[in-house]
Amino acid sequence: MATVSMTINGKQVTGDVEGRTLLVDFLREDQRLTGTHVGCDTSQCGACTVHVDGKAVKSCTMLALQADGAAVTTIEGLADGDVLHPMQEAFREHHGLQCGFCTPGMIMSATALAARNAAPTEADVRHHLEGNLCRCTGYHNIVKAVMAGARAMQA
Amino acid sequence: MYAFTYHKAESVADAAAKVASADDGVLMAGGMTLLPTMKQRLAQPSDVVDLGGVASLAGISVTAETVSIGAMTTHDAVANSAEVKQAIPALASLASSIGDPMVRNRGTIGGSIANNDPAADYPGAVLGLGATVVTDKRSIPGDDFFQGMFETALEPGEIIQRIDFPIPKKAAYVKFPNPASRYAIVGVMAAETASGVRVAVTGAGPCAFRETAMETALAGNFSPSALDGVTVSPDGLNADIHASAVYRAHLIGVMAKRAVAACG
Ligand SMILES: Cc1cc2nc3c(=O)[nH]c(=O)nc-3n(C[C@H](O)[C@H](O)[C@H](O)COP(=O)(O)OP(=O)(O)OC[C@H]3O[C@@H](n4cnc5c(N)ncnc54)[C@H](O)[C@@H]3O)c2cc1C
Ligand code: FES
Ligand code: FES
Repeated sequence: MATVSMTINGKQVTGDVEGRTLLVDFLREDQRLTGTHVGCDTSQCGACTVHVDGKAVKSCTMLALQADGAAVTTIEGLADGDVLHPMQEAFREHHGLQCGFCTPGMIMSATALAARNAAPTEADVRHHLEGNLCRCTGYHNIVKAVMAGARAMQA
Repeated sequence: MYAFTYHKAESVADAAAKVASADDGVLMAGGMTLLPTMKQRLAQPSDVVDLGGVASLAGISVTAETVSIGAMTTHDAVANSAEVKQAIPALASLASSIGDPMVRNRGTIGGSIANNDPAADYPGAVLGLGATVVTDKRSIPGDDFFQGMFETALEPGEIIQRIDFPIPKKAAYVKFPNPASRYAIVGVMAAETASGVRVAVTGAGPCAFRETAMETALAGNFSPSALDGVTVSPDGLNADIHASAVYRAHLIGVMAKRAVAACG
């Protein structure tokens, strides 16, 4: 076992992990932050997307120890109390989810896009979401939600 | 994943020492290929040595003749580097076409070429631009680096430090991507360089290779029509559920013409 420390959603945490413990398992099992989902565990689907030092990553394809000392943001870190983050609100408003399984990853990926591109076009959004798979929606409303959410984040 | 011992390297020398002293040690860059391979139990190293903390391995420097990219530089950093976009736009555009944003945030140029996946994009650039791979032991010409499927000139434990790309007169990379993974079904880098025309193909064979008949045809006349008479044999090309060898041979011609046209 080794000791790992990181900041998760602004809170300093420390835990004991094995070398092989994935970041997503540390978040879900150890920290009980189950908003981050595991869809495939094979680096394809993006349901496990979180931010590490501001960059969107697949937390199923990163060891917890690789995030030692980093600042991690998960879906739980976006809302301000009962007030949804503008990107979450946009997904609700535009019906950007059905079963909701892919949604945490979609939203974490979308907020990373919005940080770089305040007014993404439909093509920008579709290109950016190439690593996030959804089995329900057919993507149309997700794209609408991300375009609206990115603009709302500037407001 | 089987259990292993994790080490964080402090420096290149420290990483080399840690790999050397392990039973079956392996270097890790972003882990974007290594971790999925270990999850599938296709690799089961006793020790994993993480290069993530070795600051000297990441970064881009550009001179009048050369773009040098540290092994640990992510695809995202190359894709968004103003200096790379200016000096070798084809290289920035290639990096921006790899996988998806999350893969580009973790995947590195060193890991990509060390792994030498037959469908990886960067080998096309190393070969097509005549780059040099600089390791902790020596400099390896790009032409000698890729030796077969997942096989390179690297010796066990040898660490890539950086890749030096000579700035071409003009170059373009065009790929026919697998629509799911974005890996190259066929990708072609065409370039006019100080040492002549280079055409490198990735995705089509066991590893990236130069298409010398095309280079000869383009030497006198660097235009898509110069490739009209050049046929590509499907012998030895990859065939899988995505494309047959015959189709890949056809795509090499189409992608090469598009790459030459894109050179402008
Ligand atoms: C969903 C998905 C889609 C992808 N799509 C594409 C694509 O479209 N095109 C493409 O080209 N690639 C693609 N990739 C691969 C990606 O580009 C990674 O860069 C590549 O897998 C290498 O990852 P890495 O840099 O994290 O290296 P790692 O996985 O950490 O390491 C890979 C190998 O390289 C060795 N290594 C790493 N660094 C060094 C070094 N400095 N010196 C010596 N050996 C070293 C390691 O020991 C290991 O054997 C994709 C990957 C995924 C998961
Ligand atoms: S669970 Fe990580 S990419 Fe699917
Ligand atoms: S809403 Fe069900 S997977 Fe996307």
